[in-house]
Amino acid sequence: MAKNITKQVMQSDGTRIISAERGFSWKRFLLQWEWMLVLMLIIVNVFNISVSPNYANVKNILNATRDFLDKAIVVFPMAFVLMLGEIDISVASIMALSATIMGIAYQAGIPMAGAICIALATGTVCGLINGVILVKFPELSSMIVTLSTQIIYRGIAQIILETNSVGGFPSWFTQVAAGKIGGMVPYVLIFTIAEALFFAYLLHYTKFGRRCYAMGNSVTVAKFSGVKTNKIKIIVFTMAGLFSAVAAVYLASKMSSVRPDVAKGYELDIIAMAVLGGVSTSGGKGRILGTALAILVIGYLRYGLGLINASSQIIMIVVGALLIIAVAIPSFRESVGNANWFKKLKSMAAKSQGT
Amino acid sequence: MDKIKKFFSSNIREISLIIVMIAIAFFVEFRSGGNFFTGENISDMLTETAVLAICAVGMMTVMVTGGIDLSIGAVMALSAMVGGTVLKNNQSVPTIAIVLISIAVGIVCGFINGTLVSKLRILPIIATLGMMNIFRGITYLVSNGSWVMQQDMGANFLSLATGRVLGVNNLIVIALAVYIIAAFFMTQTRTGRKIYAVGNSEESARVSGIKTGRTLTMVYTILGAIAGLGGILYVCKYGVAQGETCTGYEMNVIAACVLGGVSVNGGTGRVGGVLLGAVLLGILNNAMPLIHVSSFWQEAIRGLIILLSIIANSLIQRNVEMKALRRRNI
Repeated sequence: MAKNITKQVMQSDGTRIISAERGFSWKRFLLQWEWMLVLMLIIVNVFNISVSPNYANVKNILNATRDFLDKAIVVFPMAFVLMLGEIDISVASIMALSATIMGIAYQAGIPMAGAICIALATGTVCGLINGVILVKFPELSSMIVTLSTQIIYRGIAQIILETNSVGGFPSWFTQVAAGKIGGMVPYVLIFTIAEALFFAYLLHYTKFGRRCYAMGNSVTVAKFSGVKTNKIKIIVFTMAGLFSAVAAVYLASKMSSVRPDVAKGYELDIIAMAVLGGVSTSGGKGRILGTALAILVIGYLRYGLGLINASSQIIMIVVGALLIIAVAIPSFRESVGNANWFKKLKSMAAKSQGT
Repeated sequence: MDKIKKFFSSNIREISLIIVMIAIAFFVEFRSGGNFFTGENISDMLTETAVLAICAVGMMTVMVTGGIDLSIGAVMALSAMVGGTVLKNNQSVPTIAIVLISIAVGIVCGFINGTLVSKLRILPIIATLGMMNIFRGITYLVSNGSWVMQQDMGANFLSLATGRVLGVNNLIVIALAVYIIAAFFMTQTRTGRKIYAVGNSEESARVSGIKTGRTLTMVYTILGAIAGLGGILYVCKYGVAQGETCTGYEMNVIAACVLGGVSVNGGTGRVGGVLLGAVLLGILNNAMPLIHVSSFWQEAIRGLIILLSIIANSLIQRNVEMKALRRRNI
């Protein structure tokens, strides 16, 4: 019975499947989480078209992305953080701090391009600090460390700007958020697509990505297999910091001003998007494609609910319910599969087929 | 002598917290010119801390199982809003009934969280993140965007937060009662010990005959009940219930637990430690205005102290473990 020897195969998305044969299977292909997201995206868009006849034109659909892509920029690096089995609650505070520092740098007479560089550097340093603390104190969980750095980073932003806001950025800077290529495709959409492709390559086609999956499955095993776990952890957290700063620059450009309370509560939205995309918060699972689809689902859902003038509380309830249902479906399927009555039914069916 | 040593090493976390607290207290006492150690200030500080302390002990039961509840702020707001709305429509409802209504709402919310975690096996952080949005949304729907103001609540209800028993504020008395019950429950009852067992290893707890699903549902329901109580007391203390009540409160509660030595990985955490963690946060909140720290600086300083004490704690812990190892070698 050589055919039945089970092999553990690590797929490109990090999920390990035990299969007799490695080949392509339609069942496995169609049971991927991404199809569920595609279905959700279709439902959301059908809903949007049905509530507003003006919705269904390319220009509008592309333009709508400008509203939600500020969070999307951070979702991909957050997916990496979650993939390691860690979490970063401080991203929104890093956004606030780097936006604030960019604002005062510009106010102090540094040219805008220089101020943007300073903002990016700030974000990188913040992320680096998170990473270094976590590596130096492996017994502390990332949730606690980033919980306290979250308070610290936003606190520093408050010390710097108090309740003031900084505005009056040069017009080319505000054009970054408003600008579109050919009057159609917003710059930020191009940037996010490029970012998604970069992260997809990094996660699915490089050793680095493979090592991230390995760490998410088990840090100890990864360490003993020669993965430099500390280095990877620092890189991933620094990446989250850097891209938070990028999002902060975009946000500042969109709102054409900077305040210390910018992006409050974004961290939970960002984590929600990654989780809806199939990234497991316990680590080792997730794909960039799913994450990208989840961003679109939540983004267009919010946009559509805005079209029918749904109050923000309804939107909150819908997004919360969506998150729970999305996560519950796979585990529901599993729990039904493990239930005694289902097993009995299955074995009965198998018996009747056998005879 | 050995007993003292043993006591010291097994309570190292609590002792170091107390030392930090005393250090901060004396620093503030000298900087503020003797305004800290006055009966009035201590009483004020403890009253301010009472609600946080009550919520923290509930969060502890959940965190001991290795879970977390991000929806606690939203549950507090929802239950307080329901209680407040009942009061707004009919001020003659007795206070105890209002408190019970809020606790009941909290229990329902907590039960939903618990079911999602134990039956559907959703990770606690995700389940409660989603429910946080839902509860918060329902709070707005219940209130219709309007606020329940002080005059809507009536003096009878508001006296709950200002009244005194034997010269001690009601809130402090309630908090102490909750802590005594919690300490007894967690250390002396079978159910309490089961919570620790589930937190240490769910699998081995299940194998040894503990109904882990039921225990998980129970801790979230307990937290819900406590959040309901905390919510209505919070509203009673500050005299207003609105949709935004307690936004971000979950982070304060989690910080109090973490300072008190509750591990997010589950299995460890003591009622006494959590009380100290909550009081330490209370001292910080109370002390900074006393020594005239600008309100813009307070948040950053608070975060820094939380971070430093967590790091210091883990350094001490390492030291203790190292010593224990060395002793074993000899």
